[in-house]
Amino acid sequence: MATTVLDQHRVHAAHEEKTGLWSWITTVDHKRIGVLYGATAFFFFLLGGLEALLIRIQLAKPDNNFLSPEAYNQLFTMHGTSMIFLAVMPLSAMFFNYMIPLLIGARDVAFPRLNAFSYWVFLLGGLFLNAGFLFGAAPDQGWYGYANLTSRQFSPGANVDFWNMGLQVLGVSSLAAAVNFFVTVINMRAKGMTMMRMPMFVWMSFITQVLLLLAFPVLAVALILLMFDRFFGTNFFVPAGGGDPLLWQHFFWIFGHPEVYILVLPSFGIVSEVLPVFSRKPLFGYAAMVFSGVFIAFLGFGVWAHHMFATGMGPFADTFFSLATMLIAIPTGVKIFNWLGTMWGGSIQYKTPMYFSIGFIAMFIIGGLSGVMHASPPADTQQNDTYFIVAHFHYVLFGGSIFALTSGAYYWWPKMFGRLLDERLGKLHFWLMLIGFNLTFFPMHFVGLNGMPRRTWTYPAELGFETLNQLETAGAFVLFLAFSVFLVNIFKTWRGPRNAPADPWNGATLEWAIPSPPPEWNFAEAPVVQGRDPLWETKRERGGRLPEPSPGTGAGIHIPNPSYWPLITAVGVAAIFAAIMLSHKTGPWGIIVAVSILFLGVFNWVFEKGYSEFTTPAHGGH
Amino acid sequence: MPERTAAARRPARLVPFLLLLALVAGCSPERYPQTALLPLSDYARIGDHVQDQTFYWALGVFVLVEGALLYAIFRFRGRPDDPEPPQIHGNTTIEIIWTLIPALILAAIAVPTVKGIFETNASPTGDVLKIEVIGHQWWWEFRYPDLNVTTANELHVPVGRTVELLQNSADVVHSFWPPRFAGKRDVFPGRQTRIWFKADSAGLFPGQCAEFCGIQHARMAFQVRASSPAEYDAWAAHMRTLGPKPAAAAPRGDSVKTASAGGTVQGPKVPAQGPQAKADSATPSSQDPEYAKGEQLFKMKGCIGCHSLQAVDAPKGMIGPNLATVGSRAYIAAGWLRNTDENLEHWIREPQTVKKGVLMPNLGVTAEEAKALRAYLRAHQ
Amino acid sequence: MSDHAEVLDTSTGLDSRKLAIWTFIGSECMFFASLISNYLVHKEQWMSGPGPFPHEAWTDPATGKVLEPIIEVPLVTVGTALLLFSSLFIVLALYGAQRGRRGMMLGWLGATIMCGLFFVGMQVYEFTHFVHKGLTLQRNLFGASFFTLTGFHGTHVTIGVIWLITMFILALRGQLTPERSLKLEMAALYWHFVDVVWIIIFPVVYLIK
Repeated sequence: MATTVLDQHRVHAAHEEKTGLWSWITTVDHKRIGVLYGATAFFFFLLGGLEALLIRIQLAKPDNNFLSPEAYNQLFTMHGTSMIFLAVMPLSAMFFNYMIPLLIGARDVAFPRLNAFSYWVFLLGGLFLNAGFLFGAAPDQGWYGYANLTSRQFSPGANVDFWNMGLQVLGVSSLAAAVNFFVTVINMRAKGMTMMRMPMFVWMSFITQVLLLLAFPVLAVALILLMFDRFFGTNFFVPAGGGDPLLWQHFFWIFGHPEVYILVLPSFGIVSEVLPVFSRKPLFGYAAMVFSGVFIAFLGFGVWAHHMFATGMGPFADTFFSLATMLIAIPTGVKIFNWLGTMWGGSIQYKTPMYFSIGFIAMFIIGGLSGVMHASPPADTQQNDTYFIVAHFHYVLFGGSIFALTSGAYYWWPKMFGRLLDERLGKLHFWLMLIGFNLTFFPMHFVGLNGMPRRTWTYPAELGFETLNQLETAGAFVLFLAFSVFLVNIFKTWRGPRNAPADPWNGATLEWAIPSPPPEWNFAEAPVVQGRDPLWETKRERGGRLPEPSPGTGAGIHIPNPSYWPLITAVGVAAIFAAIMLSHKTGPWGIIVAVSILFLGVFNWVFEKGYSEFTTPAHGGH
Repeated sequence: MPERTAAARRPARLVPFLLLLALVAGCSPERYPQTALLPLSDYARIGDHVQDQTFYWALGVFVLVEGALLYAIFRFRGRPDDPEPPQIHGNTTIEIIWTLIPALILAAIAVPTVKGIFETNASPTGDVLKIEVIGHQWWWEFRYPDLNVTTANELHVPVGRTVELLQNSADVVHSFWPPRFAGKRDVFPGRQTRIWFKADSAGLFPGQCAEFCGIQHARMAFQVRASSPAEYDAWAAHMRTLGPKPAAAAPRGDSVKTASAGGTVQGPKVPAQGPQAKADSATPSSQDPEYAKGEQLFKMKGCIGCHSLQAVDAPKGMIGPNLATVGSRAYIAAGWLRNTDENLEHWIREPQTVKKGVLMPNLGVTAEEAKALRAYLRAHQ
Repeated sequence: MSDHAEVLDTSTGLDSRKLAIWTFIGSECMFFASLISNYLVHKEQWMSGPGPFPHEAWTDPATGKVLEPIIEVPLVTVGTALLLFSSLFIVLALYGAQRGRRGMMLGWLGATIMCGLFFVGMQVYEFTHFVHKGLTLQRNLFGASFFTLTGFHGTHVTIGVIWLITMFILALRGQLTPERSLKLEMAALYWHFVDVVWIIIFPVVYLIK
C-alpha cells in the first residue's frame, strides 16, 4: 500500500467518505475507531441493561423463581463486569478517540494502527467474556471474583475462566490505548497549547491514562496468579496449599480502586467541557480542577483497603485507609464547587447536553456523600455488602458517569455525525432517566441499611424488602423507557439530512472550528493556540460567530494508511487466551499456533510498507 | 421554548416529592427484622453512633450544595440573545474556603471514626462467653467450647453478657452479619476473625451471610436467639444432656441437673418471641412409632454420614449442620425456611428443589419415609 | 518511518515512539512490582510440601540432616553479570548505529544477543534442575512464586532477544542507518529495562535470605 497523499486529482468533499465493510475493518482513523468503540460499547451497555432488568424482575417479589440461582448469579456478574469493562470504559474511549486529537488540534493520535489494535482487542475481549453464555457457563463469581470461591475446587466449571481470560484480553486493549493517548497528549498538542491550556476533558483523560497504565498491570498479575491456580496447579489463593484468599483482595482492590477513578474522571472532563459552553463563561478554577484531578488519581492508589473493612485488618490499617478515603473527598468536593462556580453568574442555555451535565452534578453529590459514609469502618461494617453500597456506586457510576457520557453524546453528536439530536426527545430522555434512575436506586439506600445484602438471588417475605424492591423494579422499567426514547431520537435524526453546523453550541474549543463531521485530516491548517478557550478568543477577535468552515481538499496532507495487521494481531492476542482455556484439549499446540498468529501480525505490522515515509501527523502537511 | 420546558418541569417537580413520601412511609426501620438501624448491643451502638454523625453531616452538606445547585439553575437562566456574562475565571479566596470547610467537616467525622475503630477492635473484658462460628457452604456452625456443645444456624446468647465470636470458614469466604448486634465480619478459611457484643434485649433476630459464597449465598441465613441469663443457662444445661446416645425426647418440664447448682432445676419452656419463635409442630415423642422408623431411615439413607445428632462432643468437619436440636429451631435450611412439619418433610424429600445446589442430594426419600424422618428429627430438641 | 536525529515537530521535541517505549516501561514496572511483592509474600513457604527446598544450607530439626540449598548462586551470578554487561554492549552497538559504523554496530549487537541467549539458557537449565530435584510450580508457594516471577522475566528476556535478532538482521541488510537508528534505540531501552528488573530480582530472590 503506497502512501496516500491526497493531491489535486482526488479532491475529497467534506462529507465524502470511504464506505464499505473493508474500509471499517482496515481503518486507522481515530474518528472511525471512536465510532466503532461507541457503537460496540453502546451495544454492550444495552446488553448489560437487559441483564439488570432481568435481575430487577427476579427481585420484585420475595422467594421468586423467575430466575434460577445459577442464572441470577451469572446475570449479576455479567451485569457488573459488562457495565464496567464493556460499557463505561469504552464509551469513555469513544470520546478519547474521537475528541482528544480534535481538542488538541492534531490530525490523529500518535499511533493510529495501535489505536485500531486496541479497538479490535476490545471487541474480541467483549465477545470472549460473553461467550460463556453460549456454553451455559457465563461468569458467575461476581465482577470482583473473590478467592477462594474462584478456585477449581469451588468453581469447577469454565465460568471463572471466561471471566479471567476475557479480562486479560481487555487489559491488553486498555494498556495499548493508554500508551497511545498518553503519548498523544504529551506530544501532539497544537502550537501554543501548553499543558495548562489544554481543555479539561483532555486533562482528565490524560490522568485516566496514567491510572490505566499503573493499575491494569496489577490486575493482570492477579488474574495470572488465578489462572496459574486453575490451570497449572499452583496454590496462590488456595488455603489448603498455603495460599491466602486475602491476597487476592489486596491485589484486586489495588487495581479496583484506581479503576473507579478511571471510570469517573473522563466524565468529570466531559462535564467540565459542557458546563462552560452552556453557561457562557469559562470553567471556574481551571488550575484547581487540574490539581484536584491529579490529587484524586494519586490518592486513589492509597485507599484500596476501604473495600476490605469487613475483613478485620486491625485498627491501624483501618484507620489509615479510613482517613485516606476521607481525604479524597476534599479534591472531589472542590470539583463540585468549581462546577457550581462555573454556572454561577452565567447565562445558562438549557439545551439537552446541559440538562445531563446538571443531572450529573446533582446525582454525583449524592453518590459522593454516601461514599463518605462508607469511609468510616464502624459504620461501613453495617453498610458493606448491602444494597446501601449498590446505591452508592450506581449514584456515582450511573448518576455520575452515564449521565455525563450521555451529556457528551448529545454535545458532540453533531460534530461526530453531522446531525443534531432532537431537543424535545432529548429532554424527555433526560426526565425519564432522572426519574427512573432515582426510583430505581434511591430506595436501595434504605433497603440496604434495613438488612438486604447484595448478590442474593432472592429474599424471604418476612424481612420486609418487597415494597422497596417493587419500587426499584418499576424504576428500572422507566429507565428502559428512557433508553428507548434515546434510541428513537437516534433513529429519527439519522434519517434526516446531515446538515449540522460546525459550531451549533457556540463552543470554546478547537473541534467547533472544523466542519461537522470533520474531514479525514481534521484540520486543513494546523491551529495555533494562545490561551484556554481558543475558539472564544478567536470569535471575540473577529467580533462574532465564525462562518461555516470549508473542509479543504486535504492536498498534500499525509494520512495514515489503512491496515488489517492490527486486526490480525488482535486475533493473535485473543487466540492465546482461548488456547490456554482449551489447553486441556489441545495441549501446548493451541498456544503455539496462537503465538504464531501474534508474531505474524506483529512482524507484518512493524515492517508494513507504506509506513516508511509516514511522519508523525502532528502539525501541518509536509 | 422556555414556556414549554417550564411547563414540563412543573409536574416533574412533584415526582421527587412523591418519591420522598413513599420512601418515608416505607423506610421506618421497625418494619425490617434485619435492620441495622436499631442496634441492640453495645458493639452495634458504636457503629450506629458513628453512622449517625456522618449521616447528619452528609445531610447538611446535601441540603446546602443541592440547594445551591437548584438556586443556580433557576437564578442564572439565560436567553440565547442575552449579553455575555462576566467571564470570571476563579476566586482564590472562595476556593480556599471551600477546600478548608470540607476538610474541617471530615476532621469532625474522623474523630468519632477513629475512636470507634479502636473501640470495636479492642478485646472484650469481663466475663466473656466465647463462641466459635464456622461458616460452611451454605449454613452456620456454632460451637461453645466452654460447654463442649455444637449447634447450627441458631446462635444462642445470653442478654447482658459479652459474647466473643471467634470466626472461621470451612470452605470459602463468607461473612457473618447479625445486624441488630454487630456489623459484619468476614470469615476465612485458614485465618481467624472475631467480633464481640453484649446483647441488651431478648428475642429472635435474623442475620445473613454477607459475602457472596456460591450458588445459595442468598439462603445462608441464621437466627440469633438472645435469652435472659436464666433461660440461657437452662438452654446450656439442656444442651449438655444431648450426648452421644440419641436422647429420648424428654417431655417438657423434666428436671435436669446443672453441674454448678448440684440440684434440680425446672426444664425450660422457651417463650415465643418475635416472628416464628418456635417450630410449629405437635409435641414429639420417642414413643411415636414413626420415631423408630425415622431412626432407622436416618442411618439407612445415609443422613448420618453428614449430620451429627449429638450436641456434646460433636465431631468436627461435618458437611451438614448438627441436628441435635433441629426439632426446636424456628427455621431450617439455614435460618430462612419456617420449621413446620410440611417444610421439614419437603426439605428432606427434595432438598434440591428447596435449595438448589445445596450439598445435600435428593436421596430418593418417599413421602412416607419423609414423615418418619420428620418425626424423628422433630423429637430432637 | 523516517527518524530525525534533530528536534522533531512534536510538543516535547522527542520522537513519539521513544516516549511510547518509556510509557510502556513505566507500566511494566507495576507488573513486575506486583510479581515481586507476590514472591516476597510467599518466599518463606519453602518448607511446605514434602521435601523442603531451603534457600541456604539448613538443618532439619527433626532428622538432623543438613539440606543443601536448592539455589545455585554462582551460576546465576555469572548470568547476571553477563546480562549487566549486555546493557553496556547494546549502548556501544547503538553508538555505532548512530554513527554509521556498521562493524561496531553488528559486533556489539551480536555480543548483546549472545549474552541474552546465555542468560535464557541459564534460566532453562536452572528450571529443569529444580524440577528434577522436585521443586515444581505446584510443590509449594515458594516454587510457584519463584517460577512465576523468574519465568515472566525470562519471557521478557526472550522477547528482547527475538527483538534484537530482528535488529541484527536489519543491520545485516543495511537497513539500520543512522536515520533509522531509533528502532535500535527503542530495543535498547527495552533491553535496559529487562536488565534493571533483573537487578532487582537477583538480590531479592538469590541473595537476601
